[in-house]
Amino acid sequence: MKEKIQYYLDLIIVLTQKEIKVRYKSSFLGYLWSIGHPLALAFVFFLAFKIVMKVEIENYSLFLIAGLFPWQWFSNSVNSSPSVFLQNGSIIKKVNFPRNIIPLTIILQEMFHFLLSIPVIILFLFMYHKSPSFSWLYGLPILVSIQFLMIFGISLMISSANLFFRDLERLTSIFLTLLFYFTPIIYPETMVPQEYKTLINLNPLAPLMVSWRKLFLNGTLEIFDVGISLVYALVALVLGYQVYRKLSWRFAEIL
Amino acid sequence: MNEPAIIFDQVHKSYPLYHHITGGIKNFLFHLPKALTTLKNSKYEALKNISFSVDKGESLGIIGRNGAGKSTILGLIAGVIKPSEGKVIVKGKISPFLELGGSFHPELTGKENIILNGVLLGLTRDKVRKKIDDIIEFSELGDFIDQPIRIYSSGMLARLGFSVVAHLDPEILIIDEVLAAGDIDFQKKCFQRMLGFRKNGVTMVFVSHSMESVERICDRAIWIEKHTIQMEGHPKDVVSHYKAR
Repeated sequence: MKEKIQYYLDLIIVLTQKEIKVRYKSSFLGYLWSIGHPLALAFVFFLAFKIVMKVEIENYSLFLIAGLFPWQWFSNSVNSSPSVFLQNGSIIKKVNFPRNIIPLTIILQEMFHFLLSIPVIILFLFMYHKSPSFSWLYGLPILVSIQFLMIFGISLMISSANLFFRDLERLTSIFLTLLFYFTPIIYPETMVPQEYKTLINLNPLAPLMVSWRKLFLNGTLEIFDVGISLVYALVALVLGYQVYRKLSWRFAEIL
Repeated sequence: MNEPAIIFDQVHKSYPLYHHITGGIKNFLFHLPKALTTLKNSKYEALKNISFSVDKGESLGIIGRNGAGKSTILGLIAGVIKPSEGKVIVKGKISPFLELGGSFHPELTGKENIILNGVLLGLTRDKVRKKIDDIIEFSELGDFIDQPIRIYSSGMLARLGFSVVAHLDPEILIIDEVLAAGDIDFQKKCFQRMLGFRKNGVTMVFVSHSMESVERICDRAIWIEKHTIQMEGHPKDVVSHYKAR
């Protein structure tokens, strides 16, 4: 049993290393790319909302990246989920190992990039004469864990189901675009009109993204937001695992 | 020594033909009852009533035409697919290897691929690290080992792939068409290695289109024709009947 766990751990490490290496190997700028995309997005929104539309949000560029970096982790992982099993078809057809390791490694890889982007957030904090708070020491691990569980659940669901219903790939990217604008990432939750405010927390991602921003900007962690995020994450995990369990034994024959 | 390591007991395997649903959602919905029945009944019979067993330490060759069902048998042994009917029992640690090099990544170097593949094939990272020098030496790839394998020739890829397999410590080894690529010297080396595995009591299941290798390596052979066992027996007899078909 212990040997088996050690083996699976090794498998996760090796496959995650592979993803990270492959991503950096053939590109010249390497690390810069993983922060380049969210920074470019931040720049576009800053231009549109702050400079053109003159929206009144304090420290808007800092505000943007505090939400966009964790969003990137979520969005990149979910976006690549439909294809993870397809891309690793040759391994799945040959070796009998728990297939859920594959989406797991993708999420770990994206998490790694997210963690590497935190220094950029710190840099922006300093630019606005702020500094990281001690609450990050427990806040970061809590939010990282919650987001990890949530993505893992969603990713298991999408990656498994997509093998049987390939249209899911298109639906996923549309769904992500909608989700992005329904989630308070480029706007604060306080700006949402009163009559829709109660709807915000129906969006599973909203309380989590709000928590990230509050942690990065103010160093605070609100137990209510963290609580519902955790509930959503666990629901996603249970659902995703059920779908995966029902379908996984047929992966090798359908690929 | 006559304990079976692999048992196939009246195994049937059929695949549903999933692509029937991709006729478009419109067609599917307009002819719903008909579409559902075709969906249920469209099956592809890959194996019919296959029964055989492989003893511990025995090497079994499987021959037959393309699409006869050989790879499905290997998949069932490796445990990546399940039989539709019947039972497959496998006792022992399997080193699955169907088509060498399929799980290599082109952007990684030879060395990195050795580690990745070693772990995928069932070794821990520690064991791979201990064996890596032997593996590299066996492959005779020299300085190429630090190059990304996308620049390798197919022969070099075969070398890398077999070198990893050659250093596994399997109880059951599944081999699908290994000796096709690689030059004569290396093929000889592979042969030696496989005979060595056989001597050490490794159970082997060997799929090949090279009749010569089947005759040299295997104790027994089965010939799969049209998804059933056409013949089973001494490799020489089976091969000569297969050739004369």
